Amino acid sequence: MSETFGFPAQMLFGQLLLGLINGSFYALLSLGLAVIFGMLNVINFAHGALYMAGAFTAWLLLQFLGVSYWVSLVLSPLIVGLFGVVIEKTMLARLYKLDHIYGLLLTFGIALMIEAVFRHYYGVSGKIYPPPPALQGGMELGFMFLPTYRAWVILVSLIVCIAIWYIVERTRLGAYLRAGTENPVLVQTFGINVPRLVTLTYGLGVALAAFAGVLAAPVYQVNPLMGSNIIVVIFAVVVIGGLGSIMGTIVTGLGIGIIEGLTKVIYPEASHVVIFVIMAVVLLLRPAGLFGRTK
Amino acid sequence: MKTKLLYAGIAVVAALAAAPAGAVKIGVLTDMSSAYADVSGKGSVEAARMAIEDFGGTVLGRKIELVSADHQNKADLGASIARKWYDSEGVDMITDLTNSAVLLAVQDITRERKKINLASASGTTAVTNKNCSPYGVHWTFDSYAMAVSPARALVSEGGKTWFFITADYVFGQNLEEIATKVVTAAGGKAMGRARHPLNTTDFSSYLLQAQSSGAQVIGVANTGADFSNLVKQAQEFGILKKQKIAALFVFITDIHALGLKNAAGLQLTTAFYWDRDAETRAWSSRFFKTMNAMPTQIHAGTYSAVMHYLNAIKAVGSADSDKVMAKMRETKINDVMWKNGYIRQDGRMVHDMFLAQVKTPQESKYAWDYYKILRTIPGEQAFMPLAESECPLVKK
Repeated sequence: MSETFGFPAQMLFGQLLLGLINGSFYALLSLGLAVIFGMLNVINFAHGALYMAGAFTAWLLLQFLGVSYWVSLVLSPLIVGLFGVVIEKTMLARLYKLDHIYGLLLTFGIALMIEAVFRHYYGVSGKIYPPPPALQGGMELGFMFLPTYRAWVILVSLIVCIAIWYIVERTRLGAYLRAGTENPVLVQTFGINVPRLVTLTYGLGVALAAFAGVLAAPVYQVNPLMGSNIIVVIFAVVVIGGLGSIMGTIVTGLGIGIIEGLTKVIYPEASHVVIFVIMAVVLLLRPAGLFGRTK
Repeated sequence: MKTKLLYAGIAVVAALAAAPAGAVKIGVLTDMSSAYADVSGKGSVEAARMAIEDFGGTVLGRKIELVSADHQNKADLGASIARKWYDSEGVDMITDLTNSAVLLAVQDITRERKKINLASASGTTAVTNKNCSPYGVHWTFDSYAMAVSPARALVSEGGKTWFFITADYVFGQNLEEIATKVVTAAGGKAMGRARHPLNTTDFSSYLLQAQSSGAQVIGVANTGADFSNLVKQAQEFGILKKQKIAALFVFITDIHALGLKNAAGLQLTTAFYWDRDAETRAWSSRFFKTMNAMPTQIHAGTYSAVMHYLNAIKAVGSADSDKVMAKMRETKINDVMWKNGYIRQDGRMVHDMFLAQVKTPQESKYAWDYYKILRTIPGEQAFMPLAESECPLVKK
C-alpha cells in the first residue's frame, strides 16, 4: 500500500471523499441558512429542526402513503416549505423591525418544539429509510468502496447549490430579492411586493433544509436528533464563509467537510473541534468571514 | 396558663413524632432524550411504576412515591439531581442510572450520604471494583458479562485480529479494555482503535479506518443509537462482506432500529429476553401495552431491583439503608426475570445471562421475534469472579 505523508493512500483518499460527501451536506444546509440570513437578516435557528422535519416527512410519506424517494425529494420540501411560510407569515414577520435577537429566540423556540414533538412520537433510535433501488449498491474504487447513493448526494448537492447561486446572483428575481433586503421601501415603490418576496425567500430556505433532510435520510438514520447534531457545524460554516455571501457558503461548506475528513486521518479526536478552531482564526483575521461583504 | 400551653405543645410534638413518616420515595435517573432513551428512558420509569403497582402501592403504611429525571448523559447534571433528591426531596433510593459516567458520580454521592442506589443500567465494571460502595448494587449486567461471550465466540470462529470503534467516554473505554483482554487471552490481537464522541450519527470515517486496518473483526464498543447507526453504515459501505461485527453490548431496541436484514446472525449476550418463557411473555405484554415496545434488559432490571428493595423494606420493618441493604443481601432474588439471583460483597447482583443470536428475517415469525436463545450462562461464569475483584469491601 503506497503511503502519502506517512498515511496509507487508501485511507487518505477515502477520508477525503467522505469529507466531500459531508461537505456537500454542509454546503446545502448552510446555503439555506445563508439565503435566509442574507436576504432576511434573520438568524434561523430552526434550520436543523426543519432539516430533520424534511427527513421525517419523507419517511412518513414512505411509511403511510408508499411515496417513493424521488417524489419525496420534491414533495417533502414543498410540505415543509409551506410550513415555513406559515411560520413566517404568522410569527417571524412581526419581528423584522426588532433586534436580530428576537428572531433568533423565536426560531430557537420553534426548533425545540419541532424536535420535542418528533422525539415524543418516535423516540431516538432512528427510523430506517432505504435508498431507492436505482441508487443502491456501490462501486469499488480501489481505495474504498463508494456507495452509489453517496456519489449521488455529491452530485445533487453541487447542482442545487449552483442553481440557487445562479438564481440569486444572476437572475432578475434574485436581483429583486437582494434589492428588497437592502432597501425595502424603495423597491416597494417600484411596485414589487416585498413582503411576499420575503415570505417566499424564507420558504425557499426552509425547503432547501428539508431537501437536505430527504437526501440525508438514507445516509444517516432518520431520528429527531439529526438536526441538533448538525446545526452548530452549519452555523460555523456560515460564519466562516461570510454572512450574506452565497458562493462563500458553498465553497466553505465543501472545504470544511474536506478539512474535517483530513483531520480524521491525522488526529481523529480533533475532528469535531477543528471547525471551531478555524472559525475562531478566521474571525480574528477577517471578521466578515472569508468571502463576506462588509456593509 | 403557660403550663397548659406547654403540655399542649408537648402533646402535639408527641403526636407528630408518633405519626407515620412520609412516603418512601424511589427515583429513576435516566437518559430520556439522547442516545440511550430507548434502551432505558421512560421505559425504566414505567417498569418502576409497574413494580410499585404490583407491590401494592404502600409499604409499612407509607405511600410509595416515584420521581424521575433526565440527566441527558451529563455526569454533572446527574450528580446534582441525585444530590437534590437525597438532600432536599427525601428520596430513599435511586435506580436505573444509565450512562457509566453518571453512575460513577452518583455512587460516590450515595456512599457519602449512606443512601441506596440500585444501578439497573450502565456497563462500567468500576462500580464493583475500585468504585464499589456498600450502598450500591450493580443489578442487571456489566460490560464484562455482556462482552465476554460474543468476544470469545468470534475469536474461536477465526476472528483473530480486531479493530475497535469505541464511544469516547468511560463506558466505551472500559468495554474496549475488557474486550481486548478477552481477545488477547483467547489468542487474538487488537490492531487498533478509533474513538468517537457519544451521539455520533456519521461513522463513515471510523468505518473506513477499520476497513484500512484489515482486521477480521470490528469490535463495537458502544451501544444504543450509536450502535445501530454504525452497523447500518457498515452495511452500506460493503464492510460486512469482508469483516465481522462484534456486538459487544446490544439491546433489543437496537436490533429493532437496525432491522433483521442488517442484524441477522449477530451473537450477543443479554440478561433478559421478553419471549424466553411464559412468565416473561406475560410481564412483557403488560409493558408493551403502555410503551408500545418490548422491554429491554434494563427495563426488566429496574422492575426487579425496585421489587427486591420494597420486599426488603417490608421484611425489615424500616427504610434504614443499612438494615435494608443487609436484608437485600440475605435474600435471594426470585422474580419474573431471574431465579436464585444474589448480591455479592462487591455489590454485583449475580444471576444467569443468556447467549443469543439474532434471527434472520425468514426465521422471525412475529413482531419483536428477534432472538434465538442459544444457551444459558450460569451466574458464576457470566460475571467477573469475586476473587479478581479490586473492591476494597471484599475480604480476601
